[in-house]
Amino acid sequence: MADPRPDTLFAPAADVDLARSRALRAAAVGLAACAIGFVIDRDHFYRAWLIAYLLFLGIALGSMGLLMIQHLSGGAWGVFRRIFEASSRTLPLLALLFLPIVLGMGTLYSWTHADRVQADEVLRHKAAYLNTGFFLLRAFVYFAGWILIAWTMTRWSRRQDEGDMSVNLRLQYLAGGGIVFYTFAATFAGIDWVMSINPHWFSTLFGFMFIGGHGLAALSFTIVVSTFLVRRAPMEHVLRPSHFHDLGKLSLAFVMLWAYFNFSQYMLVYAANLVEEVPYFIARISHGWQYLALFLVLFQFAVPFLLLLQRDLKRMPYRLVWVSLALLVVRYVDLFMLVSPEFAPTGANLHLLAGEPESRLFVHWLDLAAPLAIGGLWLWMFFTQLAQRPLVAFADPYLRDALETTGGH
Amino acid sequence: MAEFETPAALVAATEQARLHGYRQMDAYSPMPVEELSEALGLRRTRLPRLVLAGGVLGGLAGYGLEYWSQVITYPLNIGGRPFHSWPHFIPVTFETTVLGAALAAFVGMWALNRLPQPYHPVFNVPAFARASVDRFFLCIEATDPKFDRHATWKFLESLHPAGVSEVVA
Repeated sequence: MADPRPDTLFAPAADVDLARSRALRAAAVGLAACAIGFVIDRDHFYRAWLIAYLLFLGIALGSMGLLMIQHLSGGAWGVFRRIFEASSRTLPLLALLFLPIVLGMGTLYSWTHADRVQADEVLRHKAAYLNTGFFLLRAFVYFAGWILIAWTMTRWSRRQDEGDMSVNLRLQYLAGGGIVFYTFAATFAGIDWVMSINPHWFSTLFGFMFIGGHGLAALSFTIVVSTFLVRRAPMEHVLRPSHFHDLGKLSLAFVMLWAYFNFSQYMLVYAANLVEEVPYFIARISHGWQYLALFLVLFQFAVPFLLLLQRDLKRMPYRLVWVSLALLVVRYVDLFMLVSPEFAPTGANLHLLAGEPESRLFVHWLDLAAPLAIGGLWLWMFFTQLAQRPLVAFADPYLRDALETTGGH
Repeated sequence: MAEFETPAALVAATEQARLHGYRQMDAYSPMPVEELSEALGLRRTRLPRLVLAGGVLGGLAGYGLEYWSQVITYPLNIGGRPFHSWPHFIPVTFETTVLGAALAAFVGMWALNRLPQPYHPVFNVPAFARASVDRFFLCIEATDPKFDRHATWKFLESLHPAGVSEVVA
């Protein structure tokens, strides 16, 4: 790999085409099921769609965040840059898939109902922020910003491939500003799309939890795709155990970050014992939800933590990939846990129901159909983008270090 | 002992030496070179397990301290919470876990490396002063069964080093 030739660095076309057509078929099945769900059980459809949507949005945004961090930090993990870039370039599709959530605002968010807001003093005071027009305007700003950043970064990256080294510094400046925008926008998006489902509850840690989840999902996804690619040319000559080791270490850090944020939030709420904050956790440790909470403590922290501590596992892609696949599933369960306990088993937002009854643990068949639909479409878009450019950003100023046998990090 | 100008050359030379059957050797570098330990065929150290043990002990000690003081010896009613309010114990437990692991890593590293070591025969080679600046050294030790003063010297020269020297103990 002393002198990588660009034309040999594209993804293996046959395998990628196969992945794309499989993704499309999965999407077709999922979308058909979702269409039925939309007709017969609209409340559940919107709720399930939101959860599945957040998972794949998290992968795309997390990849964009990692891409920007990579431009700022440099280093050998730039070998994964094209995966991050392809993920980021799925954002226009995700903006489109956001439309059902806009349609479902009425059943997802109780603050969209004027009579609810009038009857509730807290909501009256929050109405300056939580109102339909401003919500849509914010969503527009988030997506416009994210897509602009993703597109500019990947366009400049292509110019770098073409030999224009003047973009190197500009990429760093954009990455610096882009991280600031992404962090603010994702924090507010988390508040808008998830936290406001229960309009009385608030947590200042929520934005960071949301973003930490993006990072973990994006890293897990990158490990899965890299394990797919490392069996095939050209990446079999590029990716080495040390590269997987790096991603594994970062995954371990994000697993710990998840535990840190979630525990901090829990401990502060436990310590303060305030009437506005406590119901959020009471809902999640009773009526069957406590088993899911325990599941998350075990499988989003304890088990992956102990597994990822091991050096050998992180250096063996075929073992690491199972941890990463499991983490993606657990990410979905975690998002389910964020959203669903605020809904009645009928799929209606509890805060829209008279007397606000309590939720009982429930899983609906749409909770399987929605990730299939969105995931299929998203993977199709991802592989389409991945196939368009060489898999190695061969003009990356740090790449020579990355490919050397005594490589850095 | 042979002197090299790049870490890659050192790693290549070490691999060659192993292929030729040398085992009792050590490499010196001004910065960590990850591939070296593999090339040298070093056994995995016991340090990770020591650190884990230190962390577990530290965590248990921290939680034990909280439990003993809050529940057994000096129970205080704070806002009507149970004496054994475990969420409040976690930050201290976390900190003492880190402390235990860090102390185990620090002390263990010194002990396992038999440091401090103010004298070592390689210091007798004047060129070795650059081992902490910009030169990389591979030393085949006389205790190696394959060691032969003449043959080993010739072998080291065949690796295209920047220089070969004899270490006098």
